[in-house]
Amino acid sequence: MSAELSQEEPSAGALTGGGPVLEVSGLEVHYGLRRRRRRALHGVSLSVAPGETVGLIGETGSGKSTLARTVLGLVRASAGSIVIGGQNVTAYSRRQWRGLRRSGVVQYVFQDPLRSLDPDLTIEASLTEPLLIRGTAADEAAARVRAYVSRMRLSEDLLDRLPGELSGGQRQRVAVARALVTEPRLVILDEPVSALDSANRVQILRILKELRADGTALVFISHDLGSVAGIADRIGVLYQGELVETGAARDVVNHPGHAYTRLLVNSAPTLRAAPADRAEREALRALLHA
Amino acid sequence: MATLSDNLAPEETLDLGPGDPTGPRRPVLSLHDVRISDQAGGREIVHGVSFTLTPGRVVGIVGESGSGKTLTCRAALGILPAHFEVTGGSIEIRGTDIADLSPAQWTALRGTTISAVFQDPASYLNPSLRVGAQIAEVVRVKKKLPRRAARRRAVDLLRAVHLREPELVYGQYPHELSGGMLQRVLIAAAIAADPHILIADEATTALDVTVQAEILDLLADLREQAGLALVVVSHDLAVVAQLCDEVLVMQQGEVVEQGPAERVLHDPRHDYTRLLIAEHEQYGLEKFLDPKEET
Repeated sequence: MSAELSQEEPSAGALTGGGPVLEVSGLEVHYGLRRRRRRALHGVSLSVAPGETVGLIGETGSGKSTLARTVLGLVRASAGSIVIGGQNVTAYSRRQWRGLRRSGVVQYVFQDPLRSLDPDLTIEASLTEPLLIRGTAADEAAARVRAYVSRMRLSEDLLDRLPGELSGGQRQRVAVARALVTEPRLVILDEPVSALDSANRVQILRILKELRADGTALVFISHDLGSVAGIADRIGVLYQGELVETGAARDVVNHPGHAYTRLLVNSAPTLRAAPADRAEREALRALLHA
Repeated sequence: MATLSDNLAPEETLDLGPGDPTGPRRPVLSLHDVRISDQAGGREIVHGVSFTLTPGRVVGIVGESGSGKTLTCRAALGILPAHFEVTGGSIEIRGTDIADLSPAQWTALRGTTISAVFQDPASYLNPSLRVGAQIAEVVRVKKKLPRRAARRRAVDLLRAVHLREPELVYGQYPHELSGGMLQRVLIAAAIAADPHILIADEATTALDVTVQAEILDLLADLREQAGLALVVVSHDLAVVAQLCDEVLVMQQGEVVEQGPAERVLHDPRHDYTRLLIAEHEQYGLEKFLDPKEET
């Protein structure tokens, strides 16, 4: 894969080292100017190894989408550094960021697949586009698109349809396929299954789990600990712009350290109904509001 | 934890009728083989739903969008969309068959006997009126209280739904409140006229998980302290599992599984229920929760 990448996209060659795929340290992000300046992220440090799946949990206003957008170069950090595949990209210009995104080394999937698919392009054109931009030959691109369509359990009949003609679950699988065709080293997924029904959610989670075998690193962002826990190796919890806890998924779920993480674990609906938790939740809420 | 009765002045304790756990438990809502059809398309959409709800009990309905769970609720509230009609079976609210109700009788019943909250609280409030005034209006119309008493009662209701500063919230506009606070305001309005039955249709779906838990805890409080009977509708089996005594699993208008919550969760019989459970077991928190910590 690395030889192929460096042939096609010289700038991507430097990004295929053996260290962490993503290394964020001391990240600060602010929005607004002067008196309206507000801090969205504070001192966030996170490292993602090749093939690792990291779940980032955060609720409304926690800064989780800001973190995703900063790592994709769509929002500028006011301090700290971002290193992607060994390359410090913190000071990249807009053009350099666009080049990095176009190289297909870092990809992203949003909650609403219609945001990542052009409504006027057929599914085939949408899937082929990122490969052609990168300079892949047309026949190789077509073969690769077909391979990913079958990996996503999508029928080839869908290739000449428009996104509007697909169901929500099919569309999200197309969006995931589009993110994967360039064989990225890192995929950022922002609430990729939140809008789907159970059957489609399970299917996408299963596919994402398989990706780990390929060595693709995933950063899976969600408000719902329950939907992330099962596929994540590690979990990070964002609360009011800070990463208050990171650890192995099993440890975070069973032995949450921060009061907010404890409330989060206690609040996530599980099949094991435990009304006794109500008093504990009440105590944690009081603690956090104090 | 503050309770409903602590929060309300003694003379204004929510009178929710036959909520006394030792009292007789006559059904407050019963559906018998309810079928709903789309008259425009001439198709039956809901193929027979039956359950009986007694005071202080909770029935949960689980299903995807399009499974017929919301139509079933709307039929019980007498607010089916245009073209939809109950074409079979019967619905009784406190012993009265709703098929015979006149519009005036429905108006008298809604709020005082049966009430509901839905997914998007903001769309049920007037954006240009203070939220407290909107609750006070319900109290004035339904409880025939004078303006001042209605206002006091509205503040008490806002406190009863665990809003931290009820006087402050009373004077705020919907856009000033978060989604979780708005849903509390809607619940306050829904219980303003002391209904016996509250239907919560995806009432926590759009909320953050910690806020969802706050609302579910509030519903559990209302059930325990006021004997409110609940119908909790959700696409998430776990949300329903938190609260319900009986669970109905719906798929494409069909009740594919029905039974006591314990039985459905531990011994699911239909493939679709098994899928819902497998999702939690394989991808949810359940995968990591140590069995020994199970309660």
